[in-house]
Order: sequence, then C-alpha cells, then structure tokens
Amino acid sequence: MPREDSTSLAALLSAPSELTDPGSSKTAIVLMTRIRLARNVVGHSFPGWAKSAQREQILTTCRDAVARLPQMKRCFNFAVSDLGELERQILVERHLISRELSGSKGGAGVLISRDQAFSLMVNEEDHLRIQVLRAGLNLKRAWTAINDLDSALEEHLDFAFSPTLGYLTACPTNLGTAMRASAMMHLPALVISNQMEKVVRAVNQLGMVVRGLFGEGSDASGSIFQISNQTTLGEAEEVILKRLGSVLQSIVEHELNARAKLLEADAGKLHDKIGRAYGILQNSHLLTSGEAMNLLSLLRLGIDLGLFPDDQRSLIDRLLIEAQPGHLQHAHRGECDAALRDALRATRLRAEFASFPRPEVRPANPGAAA
Amino acid sequence: MANPLKCDLCSKPATVHLTQIVNNKVHKVDLCEACAEAKGVTDPGGFSLADLLLKASLTPDAAPPAPGTRCPRCGYTPVEFKKHGRLGCPACYEAFATLVEPMLANMHSGVTHTGKVPARSLERKSLYDRLTKLELDLTEAIKSERYEDAARTRDEINQVKQAFHPDAP
Repeated sequence: MPREDSTSLAALLSAPSELTDPGSSKTAIVLMTRIRLARNVVGHSFPGWAKSAQREQILTTCRDAVARLPQMKRCFNFAVSDLGELERQILVERHLISRELSGSKGGAGVLISRDQAFSLMVNEEDHLRIQVLRAGLNLKRAWTAINDLDSALEEHLDFAFSPTLGYLTACPTNLGTAMRASAMMHLPALVISNQMEKVVRAVNQLGMVVRGLFGEGSDASGSIFQISNQTTLGEAEEVILKRLGSVLQSIVEHELNARAKLLEADAGKLHDKIGRAYGILQNSHLLTSGEAMNLLSLLRLGIDLGLFPDDQRSLIDRLLIEAQPGHLQHAHRGECDAALRDALRATRLRAEFASFPRPEVRPANPGAAA
Repeated sequence: MANPLKCDLCSKPATVHLTQIVNNKVHKVDLCEACAEAKGVTDPGGFSLADLLLKASLTPDAAPPAPGTRCPRCGYTPVEFKKHGRLGCPACYEAFATLVEPMLANMHSGVTHTGKVPARSLERKSLYDRLTKLELDLTEAIKSERYEDAARTRDEINQVKQAFHPDAP
C-alpha cells in the first residue's frame, strides 16, 4: 500500500528543501546555520530512563502539540521504527535527524516542516529536540524562527524549567538555554595551508567547538567544519549567538586571507588542483565518499574564486548531500557494498558534470564572492 | 616509558590523550583505546570532553548524596547518573542537587540561567498552584461552617478558572 504523503520519504526527497533548493546556496564559506533547542515535558522521565509506554505517551503528546503549530502545517511525520535503515540514513545525511535518533528504541519520531527548515525530534536524548536550518550565515533569522516556534509550542506543552538552572535537560551539559547554535563552514584554504589546528585551538579558547563534518580532526574530508557553542548555562541566547557570530565572522576573514595568500604565492598551483578535480569528476569510474567530498570542495572553491559561474554553487551543495552512501543506495533502490557505491557515485557525478562549464582562469579577486 | 599513563576509566595503559579548554580552564583526560571507543571519542558525530568528564565523574569536589538516595519521582539513583551521565527526569535535579550543582561551574560559563523563560508555562503553573490552594481553602471553610469565606473563595476559584480558559463562557 502506498504510504500517505506525510509519512512518505519519497515525497520529502522530491520536495524543494531549504538546503538543496537552487535559490538558497548563494554564499561562499558558510553553507548553513543551524540552531537546536532541547525541551522536556514536566513530570515525565527523560527518554533514556522512561518505560516504553511512557515514551509512546510523550510521542503522542508532542505530535498533538506540533500538529497545532502553523509553522508545521502539513508536516512530514515519521516514526523511526517505520523507517528502513536507508531511509534513516538519508535523514541523517540531510541533517534532519541525529545518528542517536536513527538508532533509538521504540517511541522515537521526527516531525519535519514542508520546506525541511524545521525538524522536531521526539524521544532522542530529550523529549524534544527542536531544530531550524538556514542556508548561508543567518544566526539572527534562525533564532527568530526557532524562538517563535518554541514559544508557540509552549502554548500547548509545559516545559521542565527551573528559574536558576533554566530548561532542564537529560544531560547537565545542555542545561540553561539548552541551545546549540552552529554554522557549517567550507574552509579549504585554511586546510591547504595547514592552519586549521591553530583555528581549532583559538576557537576552543573562545568557548566554541569545531568538528569535521565528514570525519574528525583538522583534515576533515571536504574541508567542511561545524562550529558551535560549547556551553549553554550562564549566558542568554542572544549573548551566545552574538559571540558565535563574531567568531564565525573572524573565521570567514581568516579563510579569505588564506585564499588570497595561496593565490599570491602560487595561483597556478591552486588552479591546477581545481582543474584536476574537475577532470576527475568528469571522467572517473570509481569514487570513494571521502574523495568525492574533497573534489566537490575544490570545485566549490573554484566557484568562489570565479573559475566557474556563481549559479553552479547550488549543484555542488546538493551533491555534497546526494553523493553520500544513504542517498546513493536509495537512488539505486537497495543496499549495496562499498565497491558498488563507489561506482554508482562516479557514474552519478560523471553525469552531473558532463555539461558543467569548463574552468576559466580570469584575474582573480578572492574576496569578491563573500 | 617508566610510568605510562593509565586510563582514567579502567586503569589500563592510556593511548588516547585529550585536552580541551572550557572557559579558560584546561581539562585533560587519558584513555585506553577501548574506553575511547566506548565513550565515542572516535565518533565523527561529535564528542564533548565536558560530557566525558561528567560521565567519568572526575570532578572530585562533588559531594556524593547519602547511599540509597533515589529521586522521589522517578526512582533514579546517583549510581545510574555516574554510569550514564544523564539524569532520570527533571525532578532529579532537585533530588541530586548536591551532586550535580558542583559540576556546573566546570562545565558552563555560569551557574545561573539568564536566558529565555517559558512565560506561558510558568503562568499556567502559578494559576494551577493557586487553584489547588483555593480548593483546599474552600473545603476547609465549608468544614468549619465559614460560609461567607466559602462564597468568596468560590468566586476566586471561578476567576482563576476563567484565566485558565479565557474563551470559555
């Protein structure tokens, strides 16, 4: 029997989304902004300690409350137990659920707004994890959106809250605002010039955390990093966001400086790297996930540097998601081993890049795209 | 090496050494490979040293609650908290305040919440508390035959109920 539209992953994949929409990828360096809030319903055990009947009850309570929000009209509504392994993986790759939720026991669910900008996970570590995603650097807009959603939800749910400790969460590391704000940044020049370790240290000292998106450490594949606040108690949301915003701004400046220095020192070497990436994407027959991320990352840098037209950036951003294992296997209509995935990935990328414009080296102005 | 570092969790030789700076305080943890794996240090999805410090309960200044202490609402125990690093329910924060609160200064930039307040939730709670008290007063007044007080209390109860559901007739 075909599933209803609201519980169909195919409908979600074919709908325009905040992150894969051609209109959204206008910005160099910052790919997206994300804010999430943890909330718990008063008088109920946290999901990790709750009995399965209590988890089911929380799922029903939260779904009913979310259904009344105008922002979540006609939202997608999945119970994790109804989703197959690949479908869960796809939602993880699209940043709509966490790995923890995808592997969780009964009573876990997620509600996703039509435009995939909001997602509300139920019975992850906390009863509710409310998230908003925005393409580009947009902390203020993201905060306004999630603050409004949270306030609307509070009309229907009593959140566990203490005047001194703030929002009460399963883990004390999230107490207070229970807010984690982050930006996903593309920092290829800082990686190429071996400056990421220095950046990670400096950012840590400012109370922020850096993580690789596709792997750990300072040489994450794709040169994509997530920078987020470390602490949640003791400062108001706006104060945390302001500090994060200025850290992000300073990382953007460092990346732009690093690009300018690379071009100044040896533009030919950088253009060669980008040109080779273009050649491999157009002609290879086997590509691992890590290699594909690195090649796509170099093409994104090429767009920022003016080697390719600006309107191609959205294709790269979409492929950074769709070249991942879950998406590839779903398109192939079934699970397959890594070797076949590498072939499928290369085939897909060859097709996408067959008509991609050739790199054109013009007098470069690295700051122009920011 | 004469004195190899031992894992902070299980005392096997440590091969993973972590340093993280939170609020200008340096936190160091040494782990063996198995514990590093188990605690998600190698998990690309993310890992926080504050979380690990908490799980390992490496904060010696936290005074343990008396043995046998349980959260009166959900039955959670400090032993489980030390094991999982998570609490059982919101009421655990009060039940285990002596255990949790000393950890917060190491973990956060302050120990008092200064951010958003769920104003509507709190308003509902204070109305609910007031209603409960008035209903007790009413029973008491009727029992001791103070009928004027009872009538006044009943009016107040109606007012509070009206505030709960302003749309009701």
